[in-house]
Amino acid sequence: MIPGIVVLIYLAVVLYIGIFASRRGKPSGEDYFVASRSLSQWVFLLALFGTNMTAFAILGSSGIAYHRGIGVFGLLASSSALVIPLTLLFIGTRLWAIGKKFGHMTQVQFFRDRWECSAIGTVIFALTIVMFIPYIIIGVMGGGQALEAVSTTVGPDGEPRAFFSYEVGGALVALVIMSYVFLGGMRGTAWVNAFQTLLFLSFGTAAFIMISRNLGGLDEIISTLAAEPKTAPLLTRQRIPMAEFFSYTFIPLSSIMFPHMAIMCFTAERVTHFKKTVVFYPICMILLWLPCVFLGVVAASQFPGLRPGESDDVLLRLLTANTDVWLAGILGAGIMACVMAADSQILAMSTMWTEDVFAHYGGRKRFGPKTEVWTGRAFVVGVTVVAYLIALQLKDNASIFELAIRFAFSGFAAMAPVMIAALYWRRSNKWGALAATLWVAATMFGSWYLYSTTQGIAPSPGQPMAQIFPALGDLFLRSPTNVLVYGYLPVLPMCLGSALWMFVVSLLTPAPSRAVVERYFEK
Amino acid sequence: MKQALLILLIAAVYLAHHDFWNWTRIEPLLFGFLPVGLWYHGAYCLVASALMWLLVKFAWPKSLEEIERNPPEGDAR
Repeated sequence: MIPGIVVLIYLAVVLYIGIFASRRGKPSGEDYFVASRSLSQWVFLLALFGTNMTAFAILGSSGIAYHRGIGVFGLLASSSALVIPLTLLFIGTRLWAIGKKFGHMTQVQFFRDRWECSAIGTVIFALTIVMFIPYIIIGVMGGGQALEAVSTTVGPDGEPRAFFSYEVGGALVALVIMSYVFLGGMRGTAWVNAFQTLLFLSFGTAAFIMISRNLGGLDEIISTLAAEPKTAPLLTRQRIPMAEFFSYTFIPLSSIMFPHMAIMCFTAERVTHFKKTVVFYPICMILLWLPCVFLGVVAASQFPGLRPGESDDVLLRLLTANTDVWLAGILGAGIMACVMAADSQILAMSTMWTEDVFAHYGGRKRFGPKTEVWTGRAFVVGVTVVAYLIALQLKDNASIFELAIRFAFSGFAAMAPVMIAALYWRRSNKWGALAATLWVAATMFGSWYLYSTTQGIAPSPGQPMAQIFPALGDLFLRSPTNVLVYGYLPVLPMCLGSALWMFVVSLLTPAPSRAVVERYFEK
Repeated sequence: MKQALLILLIAAVYLAHHDFWNWTRIEPLLFGFLPVGLWYHGAYCLVASALMWLLVKFAWPKSLEEIERNPPEGDAR
């Protein structure tokens, strides 16, 4: 019960931050959706990092490390430590500049203007929304799972009792997020995210030290894991094929294409705020991910035999089992800070709805800026309620990590060539962008279809991969958890294909007008 | 020349991510408990941070700072 109360206090604090931020707001869309492009350097760094870290970063990474070992850090974290700052430096700064110059608040506004075509923006908007919704649901699911696990204590009869059930915890987290996003908009969300980042970076380190101490010697635990043939592979990368490891370096390209990340790039007061962000981003990655992955492996010695869905909360189990109740509550609040990343995603979706649909089709001119802000707020409420209802339905059906990867990450990563072409290639045009977008949509749904129709032939872990179409040899393979193309994850051909379609179709169709090229490119 | 060197450096750091030689090794352990496959990639993050520092120093888009100094007269909307 005590950890649950501590987490409640934490939720009250973030709610207050949101309310406080709302007092600084002005009644305009630019203020509500991008905080009047006024975020200071450190708030920008902390908020941007916090925005990009979700339930999957902390709970998913530990859960996956529990099954696949320490290689999960290289698979997801160190590749992101290189690729994400690169995208912030070479894409984020340009987005900031075009936002400042032309008043854009979303990627779709930029694409529409850059290619002088409303329809291409609408197609990209539709695909983005489809890919983005699962990400929001994950945020709500993570909130429910975390609050349930943090508030679980062992009763007098020896049975675990949760102060908050998944359903109640999820509802509470969703309600708090909805409230401060509703009131504070981007300023409130950014301040809360900055506060959360400080909290989970400091408490994450503290949790690592406390758990390690209580377990009594990490070297002994590692020796025990190494001596056991079943667990020794967890200390190596034997459970991660090299082709998959290579493929994963394409996944972080998705980061800048996620609407909440791109929109965050529009919020910096100065372009120079990106400097510290790109340098410190990899350091933040170590501080958060290394303890999570390592403790996920350690959990394999403490709680053996968990199945993939059950292993998502190993970090919370370690916390509850190895710290006293007050400390577990405080550290649990740190975990909640990381889990509650759905705020900026909900706000981003609301921004897209308001700017790309409502304002684009004349709503702002007809009803004015105040109505524009209230439209965004109404959308925040609607999205949160729908995400919560879906999270209830999906409770036991998909692990956090798998859901995110399959539907969102690969698709967003494969849209990166479209953004790069829009920013750097004068000759790129709407037809190339349309071809690339359709390719991404087709391959994303195609890989989902192949995955869902090949559950029956999926091999068990450790078994050789199955050929999906024996006549095509190893072209399409089924692993225990994925569909693979010649052993590589679909994200690789999706990205390469997207770049190719963009390039070839742009060259085969008329060049963009001179006026738009002069607007977006220096002479 | 500077640009080519920086591109080569980025490529080298990217390639260093694929440390196939550590694939099945546990040792050497750092601090007695961190397997090589984990601390190598921790160190890799530090290298990535150093690379970003170099890029910020030598490949920073200074032309964008002009927008800061001379903000546009009014936005598109």
